Amino acid sequence: MSKLDAAQVVKRARRADKITAQELITHLFPDFFELHGDRVGGDDPAIIGGWATFHDQPVTVIITNRGQDLAERQQTHFGSPMPAGYRKALRLMQQAAHFNRPVLVFVNTPGAYPSPEAEEQGQGPALAQSILAMGELEVPVITVIYGEGGSGGALALAVSDQVWMLEYSTYAILSPEGFAAILWKDSKKAGLAAEQMQLTPQALLKQQVIEGIIPEPDDHKEVCTNIDQVLWEQLQKLRALPGNELVRQRHARFRKF
Amino acid sequence: MMALYDKKNTLSERHIQADKKAMQRVPDDLWEKCHYCHGTWAKVATNRYGTCPHCGAGKRQAARQRLAWLVDEFTEMDAELTTVVGRDFPGYMEKITAAQARTQLNDAVLTGKATIERTPFALGIMDPLFIMGSLGTVAGEKITRLFEYATAHQLPVVLVTASGGARMQEGIHSLMQMAKISQAIAAHHRAGLLYITILTDPTTGGVTASFAMDGDIILAEPHALIGFAGRRVIEQTIQTTVTPDLQTAENVLRYGFIDQIVQREDEKKVLGWLLKNGGRNNVQA
Repeated sequence: MSKLDAAQVVKRARRADKITAQELITHLFPDFFELHGDRVGGDDPAIIGGWATFHDQPVTVIITNRGQDLAERQQTHFGSPMPAGYRKALRLMQQAAHFNRPVLVFVNTPGAYPSPEAEEQGQGPALAQSILAMGELEVPVITVIYGEGGSGGALALAVSDQVWMLEYSTYAILSPEGFAAILWKDSKKAGLAAEQMQLTPQALLKQQVIEGIIPEPDDHKEVCTNIDQVLWEQLQKLRALPGNELVRQRHARFRKF
Repeated sequence: MMALYDKKNTLSERHIQADKKAMQRVPDDLWEKCHYCHGTWAKVATNRYGTCPHCGAGKRQAARQRLAWLVDEFTEMDAELTTVVGRDFPGYMEKITAAQARTQLNDAVLTGKATIERTPFALGIMDPLFIMGSLGTVAGEKITRLFEYATAHQLPVVLVTASGGARMQEGIHSLMQMAKISQAIAAHHRAGLLYITILTDPTTGGVTASFAMDGDIILAEPHALIGFAGRRVIEQTIQTTVTPDLQTAENVLRYGFIDQIVQREDEKKVLGWLLKNGGRNNVQA
């Protein structure tokens, strides 16, 4: 496993050649069928949702999307969802519970997008609804963090039965820059903040915030094979449990903090 | 002729000197200034609600001060809990100790069982003077226990929120509180019980992104700052300035996320009515 220090892990998590939403879909869910829109008034490209089969089982897939070129990155705000994105994700997760489909979520986001429009459209309430309702889904929910897991914007997609992280990814209350700015009024102390914040997969595993770490070699196909293996193994375990037991265990998972 | 222009002994010069002496006899700190409209009033005229006589904005008030005018009876719960997370974080324990002395609280929320006009309910009041009401493990545990108690005893819950967001020093554990509290709210909701939030200045960050916005009824105080992202963060992200009233209670009401804005002076009466007439309707047809 990774011997990098926290600041180096932050850098790797943000690298331009990080595995993308599109690669995950292509390799893990070749028959992916996209479902758009929040049914309220928007469709946010920063979150992709849809149906797929996984080892011949129907599943619902939710993936945050940073975009592949500059135009897409501007549309997705570099993977920072708008309220419409969270509403779409929640709509599809509740639909999955209705049809008894397990939910597989993939997260790589600096956080929910901070803009005047996001505030006007209810970023806070959208996150609040997602965090509350995800905890009550009576189907298996597994989240994989495949880059940055930034703050409430990541948590809103990670109130799951299990959370796994790629080897070079982070999950934290805030970006190290923001953390340093708030505590020490100096965003340049981000390196120091990263060490202090315990945001690496190893640190989070130790604190039982996540269930495990997925090895991340340079070859993205291999990364997908590793993710596939973990998801399939864990999904079979979770599928054996009735819905109300899943919810009970999910609540216990968060109650311990 | 020249004596007419002798500045040292003109009438006005003597007055200025006399005024200065008089000013020195006037004590400082006689005036209160509104953080919102900048209007001033004599400190002795300050009401116990801490509201501005010009615009109605409420001053950030300690939880125990608010408690004094909000309810009829109160029994405190979980006053002894202290954090085990973040103890090694540089300077954190000193900050906690200072905040405890300032607010007479163990952490950023005061919880307990209360009554208004003999209607019992579970009450939580966040304290903006305790490290800006930030949500850490102790506040999270107290609010979770409050909901669990309310569910077990079939009581409605009222939460008065005031928070800058998650407590940075407790890191990811602070973030987990948002999910933990939400699940206790879900159980309370499933039991058919009423949950009311009163958003006060400021209600932001992780608190807005969780339990503040989960109320069946969401009230707010006039001109309170209510939002998810901080204004500076927004301005840095979009590289331009933001209108200062983007996140006022009045605008959040207009966006459709708040039920009503209520003056502090009316809160007790309003809560009394809602608690009496809200919740599950058990009237037989």
